[in-house]
Amino acid sequence: MLYREAGDFKTSYRDDSQTFPIKLERWGYYAVVALAFAVVPFVINDYWASAVLVPFLIYAIAAIGLNILTGYAGQVSLGTGGFMAVGAYSVYKLMTAFPDVSLLIHVVLAGIITAIVGVLFGLPSLRIKGFYLAVATLAAQFFLVWLFNKVPWFYNYSASGQITAPTRTFMGEAISGPAASAPAKYLVCLSFAFLVAWMARNLTRGSIGRKWMAIRDMDIAAEIIGVNPLRAKLSAFAVSSFFIGMAGALLFAVYLGAAEVGEAFGINKSFLVLFMIIIGGLGSIFGSFAGAAFLVLLPVLLKNLLVGNLGWPTDLAAHIELMIVGALIVTFLIVEPHGLARLWSLTKEKLRLWPFPH
Amino acid sequence: MDQLIFASEVMLNGLMTGVMYALVALGFVLIFKASGVFNYAQGVLALFAALTLVGIQNGQVPFAHLINAAFGTSLHHFGWTVPSILAVALTALVMVGLAFLIEKLVLQHLVGQEPIILFMATIGLAYFLEGLGDVMWGADIKTLDVGLPQGISESIESVTDSWFGYGYFIDRLDIWATVIAALLVAALVAFAQYTKQGRAMRAVADDHQAALSVGISLRFIWVMVWSIAGFVALVAGIMWGTKSGVQFSLSLIALKALPVLMLGGFTSIPGAIVGGLIIGVGEKLFEFAIGPMVGGATENWFAYVLALLFLVFRPQGLFGERIIERV
Amino acid sequence: MKLKFPAIVAAATMLAAPAMADLIVPNMSYRTGPYAANGIPYADGFADYFTLLNERDGGIGGQKVQVPECETAYNTEKGVECYEALKSQNPLVLNPLSTGITYQLIPKIGVDGITLYTPGYGRTSAKDGSVFEWVFNAPANYWDGASVAVKHILDQEGGDLTGSKIALVYHNSAYGKEPIRTLQELSKKHGFELSELPVDAPGQEQKSQWLQIRRDKPDYVIMYAWGVMNQVAIQEAVNIRFPMDKFIGIWWSGSENDVKPAGAGAEGYKALTFHGVGQEYPLYDDLKQYVYDAGKAAGAGDQTGTVLYSRGAYAALVIAEAIAKAQELAGTAEINAAQMRDGFEALDITAERMVELGLPDFGAPIQLSCENHGGDGLGRIQQWDAAAGQWNLITDFIEPDAEILDPLIKEDSQAYASEAGLTPRCN
Repeated sequence: MLYREAGDFKTSYRDDSQTFPIKLERWGYYAVVALAFAVVPFVINDYWASAVLVPFLIYAIAAIGLNILTGYAGQVSLGTGGFMAVGAYSVYKLMTAFPDVSLLIHVVLAGIITAIVGVLFGLPSLRIKGFYLAVATLAAQFFLVWLFNKVPWFYNYSASGQITAPTRTFMGEAISGPAASAPAKYLVCLSFAFLVAWMARNLTRGSIGRKWMAIRDMDIAAEIIGVNPLRAKLSAFAVSSFFIGMAGALLFAVYLGAAEVGEAFGINKSFLVLFMIIIGGLGSIFGSFAGAAFLVLLPVLLKNLLVGNLGWPTDLAAHIELMIVGALIVTFLIVEPHGLARLWSLTKEKLRLWPFPH
Repeated sequence: MDQLIFASEVMLNGLMTGVMYALVALGFVLIFKASGVFNYAQGVLALFAALTLVGIQNGQVPFAHLINAAFGTSLHHFGWTVPSILAVALTALVMVGLAFLIEKLVLQHLVGQEPIILFMATIGLAYFLEGLGDVMWGADIKTLDVGLPQGISESIESVTDSWFGYGYFIDRLDIWATVIAALLVAALVAFAQYTKQGRAMRAVADDHQAALSVGISLRFIWVMVWSIAGFVALVAGIMWGTKSGVQFSLSLIALKALPVLMLGGFTSIPGAIVGGLIIGVGEKLFEFAIGPMVGGATENWFAYVLALLFLVFRPQGLFGERIIERV
Repeated sequence: MKLKFPAIVAAATMLAAPAMADLIVPNMSYRTGPYAANGIPYADGFADYFTLLNERDGGIGGQKVQVPECETAYNTEKGVECYEALKSQNPLVLNPLSTGITYQLIPKIGVDGITLYTPGYGRTSAKDGSVFEWVFNAPANYWDGASVAVKHILDQEGGDLTGSKIALVYHNSAYGKEPIRTLQELSKKHGFELSELPVDAPGQEQKSQWLQIRRDKPDYVIMYAWGVMNQVAIQEAVNIRFPMDKFIGIWWSGSENDVKPAGAGAEGYKALTFHGVGQEYPLYDDLKQYVYDAGKAAGAGDQTGTVLYSRGAYAALVIAEAIAKAQELAGTAEINAAQMRDGFEALDITAERMVELGLPDFGAPIQLSCENHGGDGLGRIQQWDAAAGQWNLITDFIEPDAEILDPLIKEDSQAYASEAGLTPRCN
């Protein structure tokens, strides 16, 4: 009843094109943000932070990054894991080389380094298109992982090649390393996720975002109307890799605390993030969050339900969990092929008309 | 001189390995050609086929673990073993049934959707089949033996030894794989060219709607193509499973097929074979010549870099259909 | 709608917590994923041993042992989830059976005060108890393994390796790279030539590496592999007709699963081990009576007596002994995590004790102290008999070369201490 445009008058174009044009929704958004920043940190415990919310937020950042490249600019990428590794190893080298500089700055720097690497591997996109482009990003994926495994300089010559994040503080509170508390880790990731989502939203609805979408829809046509494909594609690679690099840096420094490149940033990670944006919805910021939530939360939920509540043997539960996730993906597709984001917007459409559907 | 002989040995083995890659890539190509679906589940399909084959051969009770957990029984085996040929035939039947179910439950509901959505459906399918395979047959490692020979081919070794003074190493399993792959490709090409169903399949590949309008049943063609892909997966599963035993990692062979696919083109059966050979030889020679200088284990990334180099010059893959862009 | 979902998760997790009174020793297992074939027998052995203690002795010191299982799928992120879920149940000790998860937990357990027990895997320098207060990796670690393998080769070659060639085939990961430094030092000492052959995970395709071995004809091959890489490597070695008795795997490359796919060709393949194998021990009579026949066996119950089953049971045994020790020291049966650590540090399992436990000569004596968290690193060699389908122990326990290893361990643990800002204890 309350979810209406009616009575919500706009007096400028600026108001009319805002992200949340409906009052209730706008207030809902403010409420969620306020809840996330002001309430959750006080009630969060270690399990919720480490097993659910921190990975969810980090994957959401990575998914937004990939969504810019694949969902908005139409360039398929299977190199997410490799780019996350660049972020992780950059932040590790920076953390150990300049221990006095704040970790938050290092994370941003790691993002910038990843952006440079991303542009480099994005160059073939000017020539190779569609599924075939995946080969360029896959080459990046496998080459980067090999490189970080092979060159001892990247892991500071440690005996086994594992990297471990030292403790770093921000305003006296540890945010990385073993002493970091659950609220601290959560707030760092939440702040980054919030900023990334805000940046991504504003980039994608600005002129650069329109250029990306023009390239996605048909690059030759876009070129004819004056979009420079070189700049549009490479800027998409740069922005996307910037976000993905930060996600990788946070994944290593805040979430995992120790990592080994082949295990933590292997090809599976690339597929996982790709699945997130496909399931969530291509070309949607909300979809990136929804997809990350689906693939991070659902397995945890199912596991707790099947093993914890129903007392099934863990192996049987793990196998059936796989079957349920698979069946759910297929069911979602049959019900709504364009991902959770479309499902959400359809619900909103319906709500707007409810209770008089015609 | 020695280096040259070694290099040629490496190259021959690379060719053989390439055939093994091509076997996996073939399944992808078939489905992509007929339905425009990039079938992410192809690797899992190979695992599932191999698991089923071993399960049938050894007379395992399917879902034994689930039944035991639910009813407190302790079933494991029926107590019989099935001869290899019969087991392969039965497994092929299971794969046909699976193709039918996939069409009925998944694809039928997604007719006319974009490729990315169909791709996503195969992701779901891959998850599901992985879980199902484990629940049905258990996650422990199984030995696959359908009577294929393994090990060095002594005749080749002695012949080359008398020629060059160095006996070449060729694995007998690889020779068999090559023969079987050649037969498979010949059969597929003949089927596509000379049978009614094969022609219908090519018609569907060209244009779904035009094919429908001349009275070709899309559903039948999809079931058929998925059955054939299932059968190809079974062959790949047998070859790789004989090498390494049947277990989860078998599904990861799909990763070795990706560069092959991209190099050869998604739509070309000869492309899959030639692509496989190029990748096989390329990665082995690179590891042989350059590998030792940079610390080895280069094969994984070099396969992709090689494919990338080819693609820069031919963006549609070696044998892919020409991409014609119009505004 | 958005709030409902977390609420269900919360409800699910809260109900999952068991009663707090018992001794909690979680079983972090992997019965799915790429390494399931290795994870299943280990988890079964681990669980069965505690089931036996509960059924036969009523637990340890009258306190029942609870073994909640958590599936990690050998995935570090699932490992973190398991760790956080298990942490709330106040576990005494964790055995994650994954080097990756171990590295991740080492900094955390120190803060949370939970003992980590990583027999035969994990961080080698954790042997240095003065730096790694909460980690124990007795009875042997990766570097011990490399040294024991070279010692065995020395025995075979009459004590002289000058000019001979040894190839290391390894999993191209943190785990596989572990023995390189040790072997390099040993090659300097004994004058053999070492060649390193990495194989990328998962390792289904190793033709290049084995063609190279065929060309170079090394005298011995040492292998550090895991999962499918084991089976393929052994098959390829058979294919190139490499003499199997000169092919030595680390203990993670020496289970029945690894050799069986290669059939009769694998005859004579050797692997390291730090415990016995098979069902020829008195303990199995009890296991049969109290566990198997009572229908309480873990998993499918078809893994009994295999190498990895024995290793799981052995890990459980050491933990159980440490609990008993901790109870003795603390004077109470209800020990907490800190007392558990003290129990480990004072652990002393003698050969006589192993006889009492029904496992004579199964494992070497283990004596730990504040400085030494890794035991003596003794290992022995087992050899595969393909016809009988079983492993035979062919040597006695061999001592590793402490002269080489100790400085390496010291160097690595000191590096960790300075990186993490720790001051060594035990003085």
